[in-house]
Amino acid sequence: MSAAGRHIVVLAGGLSAERDVSLRSGRRLVTALREGGAEATLADVDSALLPRLRELAPDCVIPVVHGPLGEDGALATLLELTGFAYLGARPDAARLAFDKPLAAARMAAAGVRVPRHLTLPQALLRDCGAQAVLDRALSTIGLPCVVKPAWGGSALGVSIVVDREELPAAVVGAYTYAPTAMIEQYVDGVEVAVTIVDDGSVTVLPPVEIVPVTGWYDANARYTAGAVEFFAPARLTDAQVAAVVDCARAAHTALGLRDLTRIDMILSDEGPHVLEATVAPGLTETSLTPLAIGAAGRQLGEIALSLVASALASGGRLLSRPY
Amino acid sequence: MSRPAGATAGPPRGTRLDPWLAQYSARATGMRPSEIRSLFSVASRPEVVSLAGGMPYVPALPLAEIADLMARLVAEQGAVSLQYGSGQGRVDLREQIIDVVALQGITAHPDDVIVTAGSQMALDLLARIFINPGDVVCVESPSYVGALGAFSSYEASIVHIPGDEDGMDPVALASAIADCRARGQSVKAVYTVPTFQNPSGATMGAARRADILAVAQQAGVLVIEDDPYALLDFDGALHPAIRSLDEEGVVYLGSFSKTVAPGLRVGWAVAPHGIRERLVLAAESAILCPPAITQMAIGEYLRHTPWLDTVKQLRELYRCRRDALVRTMAETMPAGVRWNTPEGGFYSWVSLPEGLDSRALLPRAIAALVAFVPGTGFYADGQGASQLRLSFCYPTPEEITEGVRRLAGVVRDEVELWRMFQQ
Repeated sequence: MSAAGRHIVVLAGGLSAERDVSLRSGRRLVTALREGGAEATLADVDSALLPRLRELAPDCVIPVVHGPLGEDGALATLLELTGFAYLGARPDAARLAFDKPLAAARMAAAGVRVPRHLTLPQALLRDCGAQAVLDRALSTIGLPCVVKPAWGGSALGVSIVVDREELPAAVVGAYTYAPTAMIEQYVDGVEVAVTIVDDGSVTVLPPVEIVPVTGWYDANARYTAGAVEFFAPARLTDAQVAAVVDCARAAHTALGLRDLTRIDMILSDEGPHVLEATVAPGLTETSLTPLAIGAAGRQLGEIALSLVASALASGGRLLSRPY
Repeated sequence: MSRPAGATAGPPRGTRLDPWLAQYSARATGMRPSEIRSLFSVASRPEVVSLAGGMPYVPALPLAEIADLMARLVAEQGAVSLQYGSGQGRVDLREQIIDVVALQGITAHPDDVIVTAGSQMALDLLARIFINPGDVVCVESPSYVGALGAFSSYEASIVHIPGDEDGMDPVALASAIADCRARGQSVKAVYTVPTFQNPSGATMGAARRADILAVAQQAGVLVIEDDPYALLDFDGALHPAIRSLDEEGVVYLGSFSKTVAPGLRVGWAVAPHGIRERLVLAAESAILCPPAITQMAIGEYLRHTPWLDTVKQLRELYRCRRDALVRTMAETMPAGVRWNTPEGGFYSWVSLPEGLDSRALLPRAIAALVAFVPGTGFYADGQGASQLRLSFCYPTPEEITEGVRRLAGVVRDEVELWRMFQQ
């Protein structure tokens, strides 16, 4: 079933700190879909969403809303209630991938290597003595370490801590974005992002290698052209590519994801360590997934339309592959 | 970052996504977005009370009259209003600007005035004609973010001069100029917003203005006096400009953005003859001429409406909003938070308890549906993390009250968070 000529609503925006990124992703996807022959409309996620969807009556909805709501399964739940076909992870799978500690545990259980980490809810530090808890955590994880919010993307609230003194500010920074922080082993190696296209059969796109020009791949570097150098495909041996691809596929499967997923990892001498899975990958002009699509010789619109066609062919796939 | 065995570090070349990256000038390479910027698209959502932007409350303007005069400008004078004009700006508007600046005690001739597309353009032109890479501009602590951007884009070295509630400290200014010169740096200008400063809300008293000017004169340094809030004293008091004390050593910038409408983009510079000549050349190079239709609109507005009465109404409106802000701050903010009560303008400057970082606070505030500007935006050197700017000009008093309550909750939570690490 072709998706050309179909009416597709792209949901973007929302109220998270990643609103701007989401809007840029959404606008880019709308353009790509129109170039592919679909009728595409951009819609914000606000109190007018449900009436707007009812009015637009799309054949399919593609959410590209980053941050909570868009990636924590809430928006997917709402879309299931509307009955419209949609792309992206189903609610339970999205919820699992969004919660980084839970996702790490699920992936580790499936044999996917993840960095050693601890989960630090704000209440734990409040009730049990922040300094003592952090000291104990550091004795397990060591320095340097990575402190990040348990939710969210775009590296918002993520810090690399080299000195013990930097830890409180890093933890507070992580709590800015989520009530739970993770303190994670710093894995030294090559940072790689792998995009997976899954319309029932899994295609792994060429890994993209990320090399910050200075510092690390933080929130500013992500959206500053020139601050990061990307290699697509990554400069890896065939064996390393195979390891990375297998790892990404295993992570995607372990989390029960579908359609379009990005798996971020560090490739060290031990092999790939998965950092997180993203169910709504950024699609901006400086995002990784469009680079991977380009490296595969494919087009964003073509991939999106093939996923839409697959979703429509299976009746929306709402219940086709329950997690 | 080390590479695992077998991974090559050489070609193929990667991509930085922008094929022109290597071609940009050094000053363009230095321009970087802030992660804070992305939050402002959230702040524009109607659910969010924005105490961030310094947007004048344009709905209070006589919009029907402005619509009529704009329509007449096209219908009756379209051949002129839609045409190119003088690079220096329309002479009839410059004559009217002379009357406006006279309120600040400035005596000038229309030839001394150049009309610009907002006073921001005048800042850019001044930076363009004065700043070589590394030249020093002395500014207040904190300073107007748009000026910092204009000076930085020409690779100026910005030196923040400490001050107090009366503005920039003249002794510190003299010392900084001497220090810069001792290091071999060329000090090109002292930049000040003397009246209801953005972001601090502070106003320099007459004596301080004279002292700052004396230091600049002694050192042979130009004063750039940026005065867009001059008519917004809540008691209607007028504050004689520094330019009124010295016509040769001061460039005075003004704007109709705060008193009429920023969307018209009409500002001006009153400058000594030589500087004005170069500003005109630079302006012609930048935009050929300021838009004729908006200059004419301002001219008609000043000529045919009781615009100073409208400014008076705006001042009353802003005073009510200021009152709502400081009253709710006093009622809701936790101990350790300090703020000022400006006597005019748009802004109150807030200091947070020790340890709190306003940049880290902003995402929490956005989640709580209130926005502000972190203090770091008003410094070129990384200061300001413990401060933030609140604007009271656009939201209604009810919205301000709700916004401040939300912000107070966020600050309280953050204080609690930091307290965990002090036990």
